[in-house]
Amino acid sequence: MSDEFMIRDCALITISTGEQAQNLRELRDRLLVTHAGSIYYHFWGVMLRHTYVDPEYQNDFAVWASHALHDHEIAERLSLIDPNEYLSIEDLRREIVEIIEQHLYEREHVPWARTGDQFQFTRSQIVVFDTRHRITAPEEFKDIVPRLPLGSIFYHFIDSRRRTAESLNDFSIWLSEHGEKYLPLVERLNSIDPYFTTLGNLRDEIADVFVAFEGGE
Amino acid sequence: MENLLENYAEVVGYEVIDHLKQLAAPLKGMKIVHVNSTKEGGGVAEILNRLIPLKRELGIDASWEVIKGNSDFYQCTKKMHNSLQGNRDDISEALLNNYEETGGQNYEELRDLLEDADVVFIHDPQPAPLLSFAGGRKGKWLWRCHIDVSHPYRPVWKYIRKFVEGYDASIWSLSTFTQPMPHPLYLIPPSIDPLSEKNRELSDDEVMSVLSDHGIDSELPVITQISRFDRFKDPVGVIKTYRHIRKSIPVQLILAGGGATDDPEGAEVLREVMDFAGDDPFIHVLELPPDAHREINALQRGSDIIIQKSLREGFGLTVSEGLWKGKPVVAGNTGGIKLQVIDHYNGFLVNTSEGAALRTRYLLKHREILEEMGVRAHQFVLDNFLITRHLREYLTLVVGILHGSDERIELELPGRS
Repeated sequence: MSDEFMIRDCALITISTGEQAQNLRELRDRLLVTHAGSIYYHFWGVMLRHTYVDPEYQNDFAVWASHALHDHEIAERLSLIDPNEYLSIEDLRREIVEIIEQHLYEREHVPWARTGDQFQFTRSQIVVFDTRHRITAPEEFKDIVPRLPLGSIFYHFIDSRRRTAESLNDFSIWLSEHGEKYLPLVERLNSIDPYFTTLGNLRDEIADVFVAFEGGE
Repeated sequence: MENLLENYAEVVGYEVIDHLKQLAAPLKGMKIVHVNSTKEGGGVAEILNRLIPLKRELGIDASWEVIKGNSDFYQCTKKMHNSLQGNRDDISEALLNNYEETGGQNYEELRDLLEDADVVFIHDPQPAPLLSFAGGRKGKWLWRCHIDVSHPYRPVWKYIRKFVEGYDASIWSLSTFTQPMPHPLYLIPPSIDPLSEKNRELSDDEVMSVLSDHGIDSELPVITQISRFDRFKDPVGVIKTYRHIRKSIPVQLILAGGGATDDPEGAEVLREVMDFAGDDPFIHVLELPPDAHREINALQRGSDIIIQKSLREGFGLTVSEGLWKGKPVVAGNTGGIKLQVIDHYNGFLVNTSEGAALRTRYLLKHREILEEMGVRAHQFVLDNFLITRHLREYLTLVVGILHGSDERIELELPGRS
């Protein structure tokens, strides 16, 4: 059991993979081979990249299908993909490709984007650093979470899912080691859906869970 | 003494500055050299003027060197610039030889500094050949391309590519601007400086006084496009937009820009614009000197809506300048504008003069929506397009490049195992 919870923060730097797609078939072809980090980035990286989240389409593939291909059917189908439901990026990759292939099969024409609006595949490097802040008792979370930088929320609540064996958030993993008393709190944290939201809203939601738990709710 | 960081903290918040300090901690004492070809004028010099002192305040031994060349050198690099942006502009063998020789001469002058540096940033094509002389380098060399190279004139790009593909990485403003390279292509969009004369807060009195100096009625709505007199910025289209709106709303139009006197094409476009505007007293075509930053700031702040009706655009930072002043921006759906204007959120993306008129009129008639969009516009730039974000990405990149191509880099606190 680790005695203290080390609060970390992170920053992403974006890298072009050099791949692009001008139509839906090309998107499918590139998706089959692109770096796994690129798929991760286009689903999750968007949260750290912008404070604005498209209310209709959360991932970059769906946004492109809507804005560049003007194909709202495939945009809606792609948008509904919740990356949390897939154990690995490879599973997620297979699902996106499956949805696109099904759509291509149903249509007579392949939707195209105009020149300049091609889908640009990107990936990222994540730099993680120690903020020097430590939590020594679970009760401290309540006051600290509302003040955490968004990079910390991303690192501990989203990045943790592909970093930890349990595919959970770091808070839950640490709290699980502090006795049964905290299991209801862990359950509530685990039930938070980090997708379809912004990092700011996610921070508020996590903070609310800690406050409610402390208040005996 | 951390005055500059303190000044930025007052604009962007202490959390952002704290973040920068933590990212910079492992880079303390590191020698980082930036090289470009001009100390003044242009966006690159503007950004380096501020980035270098900020890096130094963060404990990095950052410096900025400017290469020197004769008039043939600048003639050659001007042609390169045009060609990289897609204009066919062949360059003679003699100019290219001079370009390479100039690289060698500058390398000799900067040799000690460059060979001792941990990281070297070479900006744009002018100093690109320096790497080919740097056999004794110890650090990482990065080529920073500020130009849209998506559709270059191929023979010129083929020539420049041989100098840049040997770099450890290159940095581009947008993924659509890139060319394939045998090294990582980092993406870092440009930024605006909230403390510069062009973007700092101004008093209402100063804004009113600038409007009044130009005969603009502060009681009537004002729409403004700030840009060079260039056909790709579609100034005539903006006047058409104004005329559509004017049928129902007594609006005023400001078209302000500089650079027409020393640019033959600019002067021609300016004449076309003047002719098209005629003697309409509500159209104010202003040709401003290149250092009229504060005046432009006041004109933007005194406007209700900013227009940027470009037909083709590189990044188009004037959009962020307008948004930063809390103004919705109605802009052409092209280039880097699409990254800055989120349609229906902080402005509108349009494809025609009619579209621009429709959206502008809508905002002028729905003041509460105009105000809401303005608030979001300012916040969007605060979060995404200020120099502090730019610096954060440079620092992240340096940490990244020093760790090779690892997808994940975990930094330990100094002194910890």
